Amino acid sequence: MKHVLSVLVENEAGVLTRVSGLFSARGFNIESLTVAPVGDGETSRITLVTVGEDNIIEQIIKQLHKLVPVIQVHDLTERSHVERELMMVKVDAERDVRAEVLRIADIFRSRVVDATPNTFVVEVTGSSDKLDACLNLLTPLGVVEVVRTGKVAMARGPKRMKEVLPA
Amino acid sequence: MKLTGAEIIVQCLLEQEVKTVFGYPGGAVLNIYDEIYKCEDIQHVLGRHEQGLLHAADGYARATGEVGVALVTSGPGATNAVTGLATAYMDSIPMVCITGQVPVPLIGNDAFQEADTVGITRSCTKHNYLVKDVKDLARVIREAFYIARTGRPGPVLVDVPKDITIATTNYEPAKGEVSIRSYKPTTTGHTGQMRKAVELMAKAKRPLFYTGGGVILSDAADELTKMARKVGAPITNTLMGLGGYPCTDKQFVGMLGMHGTYEANMAVSRCDLLIAIGARFDDRVTGKIAEFAPEAKIIHVDVDPTSISKNVEVDVPIVGDIKKVLTKMLPMMEEDAFTQNRPDMGDWWVEVEAWRRKECLKFDQSDDVIEAQYVIQKLYELTKGNAIVATDVGQHQMWAAQFYGFEKPRRWLTSGGLGTMGYGLPAAMGAQMAFPNDTVVLITGESSIQMNIQELATLKQYNLPIKIAILNNSFLGMVRQWQELFYERRYAESDMTVQPDFVQLAQAYGATGMMTSRPVEVTGVIEKALAVDGPVVMDFRVNREANVYPMVPAGAALNEMILL
Repeated sequence: MKHVLSVLVENEAGVLTRVSGLFSARGFNIESLTVAPVGDGETSRITLVTVGEDNIIEQIIKQLHKLVPVIQVHDLTERSHVERELMMVKVDAERDVRAEVLRIADIFRSRVVDATPNTFVVEVTGSSDKLDACLNLLTPLGVVEVVRTGKVAMARGPKRMKEVLPA
Repeated sequence: MKLTGAEIIVQCLLEQEVKTVFGYPGGAVLNIYDEIYKCEDIQHVLGRHEQGLLHAADGYARATGEVGVALVTSGPGATNAVTGLATAYMDSIPMVCITGQVPVPLIGNDAFQEADTVGITRSCTKHNYLVKDVKDLARVIREAFYIARTGRPGPVLVDVPKDITIATTNYEPAKGEVSIRSYKPTTTGHTGQMRKAVELMAKAKRPLFYTGGGVILSDAADELTKMARKVGAPITNTLMGLGGYPCTDKQFVGMLGMHGTYEANMAVSRCDLLIAIGARFDDRVTGKIAEFAPEAKIIHVDVDPTSISKNVEVDVPIVGDIKKVLTKMLPMMEEDAFTQNRPDMGDWWVEVEAWRRKECLKFDQSDDVIEAQYVIQKLYELTKGNAIVATDVGQHQMWAAQFYGFEKPRRWLTSGGLGTMGYGLPAAMGAQMAFPNDTVVLITGESSIQMNIQELATLKQYNLPIKIAILNNSFLGMVRQWQELFYERRYAESDMTVQPDFVQLAQAYGATGMMTSRPVEVTGVIEKALAVDGPVVMDFRVNREANVYPMVPAGAALNEMILL
């Protein structure tokens, strides 16, 4: 089963390598991974999507915890959370299909962030399913390039990450 | 107080009460060496190869329980250290390794003797650091020692660029214990789980203790002994756990696993409660996982949560330091709930004694050819079981585990997890540095010892009177055994007939050398070696095609043993 892990780490050089190295060394799977510094600049938050049976996920979480710069690991799959992904699609858009691209963009409440006489760059955010659906419609029109961020996710409710987790 | 980076390193080592540093100088660490030269309170041991030095620091740590310290230079110094780090990492040995690095402005420029040391060692250290600002240096070294010895111990590496060692900064002596917000090992254990464990122990009809290196690392042998006696159950040690329980005690059933005793492995297969303490269910121990302890509920005490339910599903997990956990559990075992209405274990012991009567370790010593087991038995007798014993890896290692009994912890130095040939001689060296008056014996093979034989020079330099017993069968013995059993005797590249004359080689290094191939001379050679005040190499020409038995073939269940 797919799991979304939120990992709070010290914002220091090499942390991402430690995390990704752990996955490759132990044969775990990473489906997507996003990372950026948050808040005071002292910590970074990694959102990591991985697939595995329950016992594998349990090992992954324990192993992540064991890395010295890892402060918190949180399996968001188990609780109510929101998740988003950002995608940008560069589409071939010559005269006759331009309107069609704009219509599709509109359906998915996405925005055109760049336009040339023969291309558009469309920016879409939402669940990964929504992004897939949008891409499916755009593909027949001639997709030149796609870039996706992978998921970012956060627990619902007023609590901060440190408070959500048991000590 | 303004100090240079090199001075800070030495100050921090003194703060940590480091007495011995195992090292090898080179360009990037010359400033540190200049400070060590001036420092009278730290003894520096010069080895002959960085791998040996790391193993020496490892042997020192295993024998003393303190953090072993190694100091090597950048590039090749650091890459040579990798095997030593990986060995210590797999066996959870507390160690701090300081490596030199090229100056900060040159990092990443393919400078002379540059290697990405933190990158290379990331997966074979518990943690590692690259210090890019002299202001961080003292904190990093203190953290390194703290991380190395707390929680599940392990090696920590600190990479120090050369310009950092000459840069100056304010140095303040350490204040209090180190605190790292992202590193808080659980050590106390959960009281509710401990109660559950005690309840299970009170009810079990066929309990068995299975204990590993964690008992040694946590200095919990006394507590374990008390607990095992209270339960009255048989106890088996892993390879790493030998010495955690007195081997001559009647409850002890020997080592378990691939080359464990028949009684230990049968007991695992039959027990109704397995009390696993500081052991990690390694594949060499469990054999076929699905048939490991099939009838048992399992209690598992370990300081490392990732070890619990990693290979085998556990019923009662207890995360904590073993000494702390056992100390808390012992009083619970005085209570009525434990002492009253316990089932009689008579039938269980009848079963165990029946397995024991198989005498699975029996061997015949003829008048013609020396058996390796016989040499180890004689070593045990003549050192009265009191020696610190180091081994390399292979058949001799398994025979040493089977035939040299250990009454006490920290007398047995062997590379269990990584299986590092070349470990033994330097590890023995480290232990002898720590305990100059104890008898240190190295049991090795002719192939293993050649992997770090250059350290014989170190024995000479520091006058370390290590007694080296080479069980020489002119084969990569364990490889040959597997080829015999599983490759229809195709002995591909396991023949080691071409080898040095170990007697002359010992003499060339300033040690005493002796050789025999006659069973009748074994005792005499060992007695003579023990009487010599200095290092001795004993070359015992043993039975070439002897196998280590009993044996569980890889992938088989523990009760599917091959007996001799």
